[in-house]
Amino acid sequence: MNGHYREIARNGLWKQNAILAQLLGLCPLLAVSTTLVNAVSLGLATIIVMGLANLAVSTLRGFIPYEIRIPVFVLIIAALVTVVDLAFNAFLHDLYLVLGIFIPLIVTNCIVLARVEAFAAKNSTPAATWDGVMMGVGFVWVIGLLGALRELIGQGTLLSGIDMIFPTASAIQVLPVDYPGFLIAILPPGAFFVLGLLVAGRNWLDHRANQRIQRQRSQPPAAMASG
Amino acid sequence: MTAPDPATPNPLAAATTSGTPEPSIVRISARTAVILLLFTLAFTALMAGTYKLTQPMLEASAQAEKLRLIGEVLPPLSYDNPLLDDAITLPPTKAIGLDDDSRAYRARKDGKPVALVFEAAALDGYSGRIGLIVAVAADGRLLAMRVTQHKETPGLGDYVDPKKDKNKASPWIRQFDGVGFDTALGGKWKVKKDGGQFDQRAGATISARAVTNASGRALLWAQERSAQLFELPAGKTFEEKAK
Repeated sequence: MNGHYREIARNGLWKQNAILAQLLGLCPLLAVSTTLVNAVSLGLATIIVMGLANLAVSTLRGFIPYEIRIPVFVLIIAALVTVVDLAFNAFLHDLYLVLGIFIPLIVTNCIVLARVEAFAAKNSTPAATWDGVMMGVGFVWVIGLLGALRELIGQGTLLSGIDMIFPTASAIQVLPVDYPGFLIAILPPGAFFVLGLLVAGRNWLDHRANQRIQRQRSQPPAAMASG
Repeated sequence: MTAPDPATPNPLAAATTSGTPEPSIVRISARTAVILLLFTLAFTALMAGTYKLTQPMLEASAQAEKLRLIGEVLPPLSYDNPLLDDAITLPPTKAIGLDDDSRAYRARKDGKPVALVFEAAALDGYSGRIGLIVAVAADGRLLAMRVTQHKETPGLGDYVDPKKDKNKASPWIRQFDGVGFDTALGGKWKVKKDGGQFDQRAGATISARAVTNASGRALLWAQERSAQLFELPAGKTFEEKAK
């Protein structure tokens, strides 16, 4: 993996993270992150659609006139989401019963359009596909963390609903069974609170990393020579 | 950029006469429109093709899903007729909360009525409509019911749906299995909080009350029309007899 691809991965996972840095796709993010299983399910469906959308647009980018690129992008994304929806329903029906309700939601996710417009329209097919997948992975880990926190605070469990995917598995009761629950974490305001904390946490980590870099730079040249 | 030739102030006219013609605005628009049209055609064809290809599988799994849902409220061994074919259409019926046409399925064994499976809804859930599928036995008991669709609060009121019920051993909704008005004595088809006989869970009575009351209404509605509902030829639309 060369440096360019590593940079794309770094951007998707952290630096330009769709949620933490760009604050994109909040509608499905906040609506679906009530439990860990729901959140990761939506995330996985998003990875598939983002990878495919970037693949399709970067391949066809030579044929798309600049003036009408947005309608064409929307057309491509909507068509791909429909195809993925139908294909899942037909070939992976059990998985569809879990992911099915989330796939149409992806059309409302502006991350897809944003990456198509900002990256896929200007880059080669392999790089763009990689970017779509990495942005999707960046989306998954944040929405998964958000879902896990909300579920834990709201219900005291983790992985509730896992039996929809693995019938033998069951939810983990993390907090005591008589935990009364904290309703606001599950309702939409709780999503905003937890997301706000996550964004603040990212900013704090970045701030600390920057300070460390600056301290190293301001150290006497002797230290530089030894390094 | 060179200054426009004073003899030809219109750049479009200049374009048509010069050696390397610049495309006119009309031609650019036409070209763009054609490209957009081609993209639309191509991707519509892609969607239509996928739909055509997957349609038989989609229909098969929709049928299977329907039978599975009916199987939850009515054991498949308790009837021997082709259930999905022995169906009638119910018009919008306010009494059982239905705003649209729906299907009612008649289960029979050896030609004798066993149960009626139909949809009902509670419109007064905590977050609006709670869709139900109900099986009413020919003898007037409620065989079983399931929640098919709801928006109740996750972790709080959603226990009315056994998939979300944390008590997997005896889900809340199973207490209705096999109950008839004769066993729910004296109009006690209510949750305990309202003086009835059905449990509710602490903190979320509204969801339980909505489902309980809706099932009572559905049961009463089916009981009063039982003979008529079973006798109607398959495929016909049920009509309320004038009282």
